Amino acid sequence: MTHANVPENYLNASWGWRSWLLTRDHKRIALLYLISITLFFIVGGFFALLIRLELLTPAGDLVQAETYNKLFTMHGLIMIFFFLIPSIPSVLGNFLIPLMIGARDLAFPKLNLLSWYIYIIGGVFTLAAVVTGGVDTGWTFYTPYSSTYANSNVILTALGIFITGFSSILTGLNFIVTIHKMRAPGLTWLRLPLFIWAHYATSLIMVLGTPVLAISITLILLERSFHIGIFDPKLGGDPLLFQHLFWFYSHPAVYIMILPGMGVVSEIVTCYSRKKIFGYTFVALSSLAIAALGFLVWGHHMFVSGASPFAGMVFSMLSFLVAIPSGIKVFNWTATLYKGSISFDAPMLYALGFIGLFTIGGLTGLFLATLAVDVYVHDTYFVIAHFHYIMVGGAVMAYFGGIHFWWPKITGRLYPEVWARIAALIVFIGFNLTFFPQFLLGYLGMPRRYHAYPEEFQVWNVMSTAGASILGLGYLIPIIYLLWSLRYGRVATENPWNAMGLEWQTPSPPPESNFAATPIVTEEAYSYDIHT
Amino acid sequence: MTSIPDSRPLTVAASHGVHDHQFDDSAQQQEAATLGMWLFLATEVLFFGGLFTGYTVYRSAYPNAFGEASRHLDLVLGTVNTGVLLLSSFSMAMAVQSAQLGKRWRLLGFLTSTAVLGAVFLAIKFTEYVHKFHEHLVPGSQFVFSGPESPHAQLFFSFYFAMTGLHALHMIIGIVMLAVLMVLTLANTFGPEYHTPIETIGLYWHFVDVIWVFLFPLLYLVSR
Repeated sequence: MTHANVPENYLNASWGWRSWLLTRDHKRIALLYLISITLFFIVGGFFALLIRLELLTPAGDLVQAETYNKLFTMHGLIMIFFFLIPSIPSVLGNFLIPLMIGARDLAFPKLNLLSWYIYIIGGVFTLAAVVTGGVDTGWTFYTPYSSTYANSNVILTALGIFITGFSSILTGLNFIVTIHKMRAPGLTWLRLPLFIWAHYATSLIMVLGTPVLAISITLILLERSFHIGIFDPKLGGDPLLFQHLFWFYSHPAVYIMILPGMGVVSEIVTCYSRKKIFGYTFVALSSLAIAALGFLVWGHHMFVSGASPFAGMVFSMLSFLVAIPSGIKVFNWTATLYKGSISFDAPMLYALGFIGLFTIGGLTGLFLATLAVDVYVHDTYFVIAHFHYIMVGGAVMAYFGGIHFWWPKITGRLYPEVWARIAALIVFIGFNLTFFPQFLLGYLGMPRRYHAYPEEFQVWNVMSTAGASILGLGYLIPIIYLLWSLRYGRVATENPWNAMGLEWQTPSPPPESNFAATPIVTEEAYSYDIHT
Repeated sequence: MTSIPDSRPLTVAASHGVHDHQFDDSAQQQEAATLGMWLFLATEVLFFGGLFTGYTVYRSAYPNAFGEASRHLDLVLGTVNTGVLLLSSFSMAMAVQSAQLGKRWRLLGFLTSTAVLGAVFLAIKFTEYVHKFHEHLVPGSQFVFSGPESPHAQLFFSFYFAMTGLHALHMIIGIVMLAVLMVLTLANTFGPEYHTPIETIGLYWHFVDVIWVFLFPLLYLVSR
């Protein structure tokens, strides 16, 4: 990308490691995040690989039970806190929010860089815990095991998660202020791209939820270091209080991971159907509804923890309500496709995959919100399959779709379309082969978090491991051709997909200050019908 | 979305005052900074909220133990400290006003008195902690509390130390930020045109104060 004939852009405006590590440009910070979360994705994927290899055979032969506990704990922690939560917001959100609203940068560029450093410091603490013996509490840190009995690196890990949380808080704060105060002239709230609405809702959860995780972890650290007894039953403390505090953040955290993906899908589906989104206002406000309802449903993680039946019924009912705004999105995307001029480019394949897989993940979520069914499948592979359909089938699919869609804007190069379509199909097949058998396993009664299992479950486990290998290949191919495209990919024009949206009206890659002059917006978003 | 290039140049216009490159003018920058601080305070409410929730749960579960344990706190020192902190908030408000009026030395004076009052609060708090240590009221293996409510009283003191400790940490951060503001004031950074940092740090200071206004009755006055 170093050709002399390339016009000045954010990539070639300055050189040297200082110009990257001390940058305040949101686009460069997005790339710092892109590189670091990809590394964490590989580490987390490595743990998943070991888990799947162990489960290939019924006997616990590859690793011991204790090691297995550490593997699933570290897989969960790294994938959730260091990949999924920052993935779309910190990479695509960081890069695109100022571009989509016609601003020169986020409101607080220094804070943006600081949040990357905080993320890295938190990551270093967590990785240090991993290499010095690991942690085995499960990503949920349930008390009193985590506070009293666990012999692994709880303190170091918890500190890492605590620190990373502040990265999330600062990113959310930066986005909210930016969206409120930095929009280009004419860009009213109801003209905003749905990507922006999704990130606004996500940021609200980051800002209001993450501090509760921070205080819960602080209390665990205090309990473990000073034995203050807040969660210790011996002193009249209540371990369930920790679960309440933890899930008050960690259920909404699910929406931190999925809402940005929904924003990406809205952008892709409209572009590749050449149609205005169906029911803009409903799709926009359903993001806020998901964020708001998300704070009221944490009790559905505790149906079998001994909470009162009345609380269980209330939480069950509230959990069903989340299906309404989620359903609105799925139906509206589908209605957008109707009579659209659809093309099946790679980003669209990921987006369509998202819609289908998210629907399966969401509907099985309703099974789990039903009290009686949850008692039966609680802590089985049914739950594992359910949330992987949301997290991997949903969030990761959207992330890959988004990376492909905006790759030309980010790098100035086109990815190879044929390879990308093949990879998208491999991911889809591999994903379903990995996780659909887990629904069956869970329904047949295989519990999660065990390294050995009865022989009758082996068929499904072999299928799942085979699927995971295919899925791994599906993730490897894009990493290779995207790196290849940096040097050999075709040079991208300003707007290779003929897409609407302000980010496509500036050169690829954009200049340092994003636009030559502040754009003025005169239309609603997604005016594909008018301009094709 | 079609956009027509605007005629406004992107370069900083001198007439708009001092502002960072991403903003159009200093008013936009000030609004952004203020909104940012309010959002930060919202996260702080949720952060302390976890502790307040825990306190409420246990207090309703063990009202007698919490009452008895609460009577072991020093009401006189607690009250004096409340007064000191409220006075510091007044001083902070005066500092903001001085900045708005562009009175530099008065601003410096009020920033200093705010920080000093904050330090006095921390000194008194520290004295209380030392007393509790000598009375074996610090949770852990050294904890001694006569009567059947001992374990639950230890819970009360867990909350006492966690909540006041976290509050004290916020005070320390506040004092450090006041020191930075003093240096900036000496460097003649602020005036009627630009004093956003004074206002946002002021918001933070008042917030920390308000937390104490809730902590004081919950911890010291529950059963008196």
